[in-house]
Amino acid sequence: MVSTDIIIHDEKDNVGVVVIEKITQNQDCNCWIMENDKSVKIQSKNDIQLGHKIAMVDLNEGDTILKYGHDIGKVVKSIKKGEHVHVHNVKTKKW
Amino acid sequence: MEIPKSFLGYKRENGRAGTRNHVIILPVDDISNACAEAVANNIKGTIALPHSYGRLQFGADLELHFRTMIGTGKNPNVAAVIVIGIEPKWTKRIVDAIAKTGKPVEGFSIEGVGDIDTIAKVSKKAQEFSMWASEKQREECPISDLWISVKCGESDTTSGLASNPTVGNLMDKLEPLGVHLCFGETSELTGAETVCAKRGKTPEAKEKFMKTWNAYNDFILKEATDDLSESQPTAGNIAGGLTTIEEKAFGNFQKIGSRQFIDVLEPAEEPTKGKGLYFMDTSSAAAECVTLQAAGGFNIHLFPTGQGNIIGNPIEPVIKLTANPLTVKTMSEHIDVDVSKILSRQMNLDQAGDELIKATLRVANGRLTCAEALGHKEFVMTKLYRSA
Repeated sequence: MVSTDIIIHDEKDNVGVVVIEKITQNQDCNCWIMENDKSVKIQSKNDIQLGHKIAMVDLNEGDTILKYGHDIGKVVKSIKKGEHVHVHNVKTKKW
Repeated sequence: MEIPKSFLGYKRENGRAGTRNHVIILPVDDISNACAEAVANNIKGTIALPHSYGRLQFGADLELHFRTMIGTGKNPNVAAVIVIGIEPKWTKRIVDAIAKTGKPVEGFSIEGVGDIDTIAKVSKKAQEFSMWASEKQREECPISDLWISVKCGESDTTSGLASNPTVGNLMDKLEPLGVHLCFGETSELTGAETVCAKRGKTPEAKEKFMKTWNAYNDFILKEATDDLSESQPTAGNIAGGLTTIEEKAFGNFQKIGSRQFIDVLEPAEEPTKGKGLYFMDTSSAAAECVTLQAAGGFNIHLFPTGQGNIIGNPIEPVIKLTANPLTVKTMSEHIDVDVSKILSRQMNLDQAGDELIKATLRVANGRLTCAEALGHKEFVMTKLYRSA
């Protein structure tokens, strides 16, 4: 089995989670989708550390971030595929 | 794995079983802490449970105070109880309610006596209780005597990926064996509240959950000044990669596996509808939540963490698990169960769930948790509003 760099909870998700200590810019990463046991690849555009999220597709302001197959917040600054997704570009729709 | 059908616990007078055999010195109020701590210092084999409240509370807040005090005393992990208060009336109310379990309990009040004579009097009784409890032996108890509460803390994305689903896997395997289960953290289900409500077993349970969540959310919206940044998610959560409360909530929700909940409990309320999963309305602050669950009668706790929460409880053993390999490395003395191999896919959830069941039974049988060995005894009362 090839090593897994990123895990994606659900097929519908547009973000994945880095599960190695760090991925570096331009790294070709192996992603595993838990829900259907499929594998996909992505090239990172930033250094991203363990536990942090990567965009699996291009995302525009106002788009919804899907993780666990569910809405976990909105994009407040456009994000390119392979970029780091966090508090600088995503906000809650709640409080 | 074939799941063991029993564990070695302490059988109590009311038919429940404990995983621990504590003799507690319970102060009714803040000003009785000194007396309680002096007694626990005098008499080996007893522990004092100091806290900050118990004076001039009223209404629902006072009722919660009593429920927490009484429930803590009734918990089957407690063999015998000494209650000390400044005044006799509230002290007696707590003693009488604990006495219904049939366990030894005695109350003392300080007013008109003073600390020193009270300490002398209480110490004699505490010595008697401690020596009596020391002769109790562990006996074989059915696994259904386990009442397991869960709460996660210092979560990160590894919690939602692996350690919380490991707890969910344990729930899926143990619920059919007749255990009681409890999850809480009302505010940390925000974003996942409608998905969670659908897990109610009956329309009443679903409705009660939404009512409880709405009340908490209204309170947060009323009190929040700007947003809850640095509170929800916490700075630790954010460092660990969690971006929003919704993301944290869906991670949190993984702890109940595919179970449905029977009922919604008030904070510190004891479940009465039989075996199965319950939701308890609690704060998401770790020590407050576990204190309430212990007061609800739960006798062993599972605590998944990401960035490394270190909480313990004086009467309910708290088992910590993490899937974060850095936390395993940097905070190993706090981690009872390491499930980080899930992330590298060298372990699957089924295997992790089995490992957690084994660890839970070892602790139920008497193995100290990391938090117990390190002396963590966080006993934190939930207060609903200001005192009169």
